[in-house]
Amino acid sequence: MVLSVIALVSALGVVLSKNPVTSVLCLIVTFFTIAGHYIMLNAQFLAVVHIIVYAGAIMVLFLYVMMLMNLNAELEPQKRNWLKYAGAISGGALLVVLVAALRDASMPALSTQATEIGLIQNLGQLLFKQYVVPFEVSSILFLSAMVGAVVIGKKD
Amino acid sequence: MPVQYYIFLSIALFCIGVMGVLMRRNAIIIFMCIELMLNAVNLLMVSFSKMWADAGRVDAGSAQLFVFFIMVVAAAEVAVGLAIITMVYRNTHSVDINILNRLKN
Repeated sequence: MVLSVIALVSALGVVLSKNPVTSVLCLIVTFFTIAGHYIMLNAQFLAVVHIIVYAGAIMVLFLYVMMLMNLNAELEPQKRNWLKYAGAISGGALLVVLVAALRDASMPALSTQATEIGLIQNLGQLLFKQYVVPFEVSSILFLSAMVGAVVIGKKD
Repeated sequence: MPVQYYIFLSIALFCIGVMGVLMRRNAIIIFMCIELMLNAVNLLMVSFSKMWADAGRVDAGSAQLFVFFIMVVAAAEVAVGLAIITMVYRNTHSVDINILNRLKN
């Protein structure tokens, strides 16, 4: 419960803060709370991978690009006010619609006892037996993304 | 703890991400909001995986592997997208997405 409140508050901080660096730090806090949720849902491997990949790699990349560009709060372009309100209202309307649609759905309660499914042994067995072809395809995707990033970022 | 709790948390995170994409004009922050939406979906899938595992299904780990693949795709997407943003900034000295209007002509 506390974790979810922290997650929601820091997610709002990402959207509402004027300074982009503050947004990045709020997003890192959100990612850590989501990792905490993964641990509570018995997905230990995913929690560790989430922290390493998101908080460790992706957000550092964001911060690095931000420092490369030397962005300041006053440099931030401001949208016209009615567009901001329209965005907030449409996001809130989506929230209301989804919550209203799913409020009466009958779902089973999650048991508190631990499951073995998220351990690295079971996931590894599944990944390298049943999902070995998507695994190889994702490695090709990574290679092409790497080549693409270098080609796009190259000074010409 | 019912599954609805996680569903509503994911919906809230996703809608915050949608609001951020609609409200902000800084391209980097829009990117971060997309990451937020991806993470909301990941959280939903992990909670459904736990639900199936509680129901005694043996293949409940598939959902967690899908989350793993989503992380892979997100990492690749961030690498390419930040390269594009850096390129746009180098050419226009701004990360305002409105400046991409110029692509029209």
